[in-house]
Amino acid sequence: MAEKTLLQGIREALGEEMERDERVWVLGEDVGKKGGVFLVTEGLYDRFGEARVLDTPLAESSIVGVAIGAAMNGTLPVAEIQFADFIHPAFDQIVSEAARIRYRSNGDFSCPLVIRAPFGGGVHGGLYHSQSVEAYYAHVPGLKVVIPSTPEDAKGLLKSSIRDPDPVMFFEHKKTYRLIKGEVPDGDYATPLGKAAVRREGASLSCFAWGLMAHYCMQAAEELEADGVSVEVIDLRTLKPLDKETILASVRKTARALVVYEDNLTGGFGAEVAAIIAQEAFEHLDAPVVRVAAPDVPAMPFNKPQEDAFMPSPERIAAEMRKLAAY
Amino acid sequence: MFQLLDPAGRLRNGAKPPLDDEFVLEGLRWMMLSRAIDARATGLQRQGRLGVFSPVLGQEASVVGSAMALDPTRDWLVPQYRELPAMLMHGYPLHKHLLSKDGVVMTYFGEGASSEGDFHEACNLAGVVKAPVVFFLQNNNWAISTPRQLQSSAGSLAERAAGYGMPGVQVDGNDLLAVNQVSREAVARARAGEGPSLIEAITYRMSFHNTTDNPSKYQDPAELEAARARDPIRRVQAYLKGRGMWDEKREQEFEQAISEEIEAAIVKAQKAPLPNRSQIFDNVFAELTPRQAAQRRELLGEG
Repeated sequence: MAEKTLLQGIREALGEEMERDERVWVLGEDVGKKGGVFLVTEGLYDRFGEARVLDTPLAESSIVGVAIGAAMNGTLPVAEIQFADFIHPAFDQIVSEAARIRYRSNGDFSCPLVIRAPFGGGVHGGLYHSQSVEAYYAHVPGLKVVIPSTPEDAKGLLKSSIRDPDPVMFFEHKKTYRLIKGEVPDGDYATPLGKAAVRREGASLSCFAWGLMAHYCMQAAEELEADGVSVEVIDLRTLKPLDKETILASVRKTARALVVYEDNLTGGFGAEVAAIIAQEAFEHLDAPVVRVAAPDVPAMPFNKPQEDAFMPSPERIAAEMRKLAAY
Repeated sequence: MFQLLDPAGRLRNGAKPPLDDEFVLEGLRWMMLSRAIDARATGLQRQGRLGVFSPVLGQEASVVGSAMALDPTRDWLVPQYRELPAMLMHGYPLHKHLLSKDGVVMTYFGEGASSEGDFHEACNLAGVVKAPVVFFLQNNNWAISTPRQLQSSAGSLAERAAGYGMPGVQVDGNDLLAVNQVSREAVARARAGEGPSLIEAITYRMSFHNTTDNPSKYQDPAELEAARARDPIRRVQAYLKGRGMWDEKREQEFEQAISEEIEAAIVKAQKAPLPNRSQIFDNVFAELTPRQAAQRRELLGEG
């Protein structure tokens, strides 16, 4: 075991999977000699050469399109979209092609593809470097959606995603890349998709989140501990497949549910979590299911006061936890 | 525009026959099969026995001439929806085989699709990495009701190839021999590792976009008449007749055999069982998510 950043966890997963299986390769903008704008792929070009670390033209639709063709042709591509904000031109390739190839070919073809993209804000990225896009893809049958929040999970979940026989959207919160450090087990391990992690056990209320928000919920929960409110924090880790059983088991225990996400409130993935709790754990609830999310404004502003107003903060989450616990 | 046969089926400028007569006859058979399927399928659609159908009518030389340039044992053919004879020729699902080291991909699209950003992105990347691709643009003058001149002000769509660092050629898409020749050249170039090519086959959609469309609302009848004079099937038949390989008797034999083949296929399709409701969940993923599995059980009344 050694302490590493979340970014190092991802880089190690890529390097080890490329070492383990020569079908694995990466492509994207600036992923080669530069090692990506966040340096996630740093060193891979020197280790594996340009045939397996492909710098592409600045064109997201063709990055994904090429990866789809290569996946159908027996390789295991990991496509990097430089920022999740730039993934929209590839939406058609992902939704209409990657997600449906197995289905529309009646199983003749499959698309074992991973698309990695840094998402989320709080880094003064402004309108075009801060977006959360997970809800668009979680809506699509045929795609899996994974969001790690710890270095150990970043490595283990990426390995599982690369080994998965179907397309996986792998979103990495860019603020967690170097901020979040943690122990990463030595050697090869894969963290299964579809299993949430109970980060903190509690009895008063259940809090559900992913990415950076999982950490903010932990901070808020520790603050409430001093007030004698015991909060259970669950990091969903994979939005699709969703670990419904862990969610429901927690709500049955605590009778209160808070869902926290960084995306705009309306139609965010937390709405799905809230709906599941309302429909399947209604009789166990002592309070309405509450969502904490960003306001419904078009984008995360660049300036600090408005960025702070957009992003759910540990303080805002703690305040909502107090209200819910007292309901 | 490259052409080997004039509309009357005569070799231009005293050129020598570029292809074996048996090969041309095989091409003609696919073209006639395509035309006969169009007629029969449209009839079935009008009777309510078949869903929406897009005929190939008018584009047979373009589709057949290009597809016959591929090697089905190692190449990939990636059609859109107006390449039925190519799909029949190469089998569908096209190829489960992986693209071999010297395999080539031929992909089909129309002049309408060439206005899409993805066309540009694909050509651009293929040029950069010297991908073994043949971009086969069937310019049939119509994207449903939108004519060619509203797609681009470029005089030739093949000239766009220069912007991607690849050769582009405009060919008479109603000339089976010419289409086959430029396709073979592009395939050979791709196979030799020299990169992609763009072929613009100038043809004409001699029917509707699909069975829901009514071209009389937007098409000048004189234009359709002019296209009929350039019919690709008549052209090959006239050529073969000139070579002593085609006559009325042979035409009747071909038509009879094709008709029997189509009727047998219809009988086979009619006998095929309808898909089962539960199969709606097949091949969503290698393994269904728990939620999908629960939805499937619910659909099947298994609680």
